[in-house]
Amino acid sequence: MIPAQFDYLAPTTIDEALAALAEHGDDAKILAGGQSLLPVLRMRLNAPEMVIDLNKIPELRGVRDDGDHLVIGAMTRHSDIAKDPQVGEHAALLQKAVHHLADEQIRHRGTFGGALAHADPAGDMGAPALALGCEFVIAGRDGVRNVAADDFFVDLFETAIGEDEILTAVRVPKHTGWGAHYEKFVRVAHQWPIVAVAAAVKVDGGTITEARVGLTNMGSTPLRARAVEDALRGQPATEDAVREAASRAAEGANPPSDLNGDAEYRAHLATVLTRRAVLTAAGV
Amino acid sequence: MTRISLTVDGAKVADDVEPRMLLVQYLRERLGKTGTVVGCDTSNCGACTVHLDGTSVKSCNVLAVQADGCEVTTIEGLAQDGELHPVQEAFRECHGLQCGFCTPGMIMQSVALLKDNPSPSEEEIRLGLEGNLCRCTGYHNIVKAVQHACGQGAGAQQEVTA
Repeated sequence: MIPAQFDYLAPTTIDEALAALAEHGDDAKILAGGQSLLPVLRMRLNAPEMVIDLNKIPELRGVRDDGDHLVIGAMTRHSDIAKDPQVGEHAALLQKAVHHLADEQIRHRGTFGGALAHADPAGDMGAPALALGCEFVIAGRDGVRNVAADDFFVDLFETAIGEDEILTAVRVPKHTGWGAHYEKFVRVAHQWPIVAVAAAVKVDGGTITEARVGLTNMGSTPLRARAVEDALRGQPATEDAVREAASRAAEGANPPSDLNGDAEYRAHLATVLTRRAVLTAAGV
Repeated sequence: MTRISLTVDGAKVADDVEPRMLLVQYLRERLGKTGTVVGCDTSNCGACTVHLDGTSVKSCNVLAVQADGCEVTTIEGLAQDGELHPVQEAFRECHGLQCGFCTPGMIMQSVALLKDNPSPSEEEIRLGLEGNLCRCTGYHNIVKAVQHACGQGAGAQQEVTA
């Protein structure tokens, strides 16, 4: 299977990329790591006239420290995040999740920003980014704006990024010293989760003082399990307390039904995986 | 058409290609490097794995134009001076193949895996090869071959449990 014909640009600066996007508008598609886009082009589910490749823009890559945040360039590859010591120290949840994303070859090529902008509700990076309260740095012709995680994911494959805009970086609030775990349920290797749960918890003297829980594939966007977070706050880090809080994991979720399981099955699965994720994150 | 110049298996090449041409197509159809095979064409099976600037990628999921200025190594570039690469030798020694179709990708990914982690555990080998499918289900001997290549338990293998 070969993609339909398209023209190709590989700008070397963000400004050049924005200018190209402005010129070609609806006919253009942004190429990041390409690990979701190229299969779509090959199957001819989409046939843009122009592909704008961001791989030659060095300023979009890398992780840097910015006080109480880490700033991760949108074109930073999953395999770089998996190895980055700053991410390990300050945003361990991202690292826990990225190890479960697809497979080694895909992680070598796929990018953090590309995965988030693609906004597949079954993608592995959305729930951790949402749970950590990341801010999305979006550049347009009129300048740069920051969008909060709660406003970034709009619907299935839809984000707050405008048609003439590019996601350039993600600002991750540091969660230094928090325990983290990503619990993913799949039936076969290197696939999208049927359901997955991202959990980061702060434990102080055996008490959970704060918790952040994100759900993958439990609705048309990644979701925060706020009822669980509220129920965990101030509770002892014990199996019973966590089980009780985790029972509220599917509150407000609208999970899909498909061949892998119906909505009711997923709602139950979310409670089980939330319990496992929180207990592991808390070191219980 | 877009002009690209790159190094493939140590040789410099330059060509005009359509932007839509996949790297695997370029390698097979322009350069005749048919050692790299197309298995699933959906980026699942890993049979088309090559190294792009030293890291493993699925060459059905990269455009040829994206390899401009890069160094590509295929299964055909692993052997040096007529000597098989140690991982190739290990696959032969341990019978790490049945029909052989997945083998080029398995070997390229195994080489990448051992470069990152020279002494992986059995579980790390299985996870590292997660993106490579063997339809013959010959995984046990593939894992043994990787262990053999990194000097673990050659000959007397421990029982491998699935």
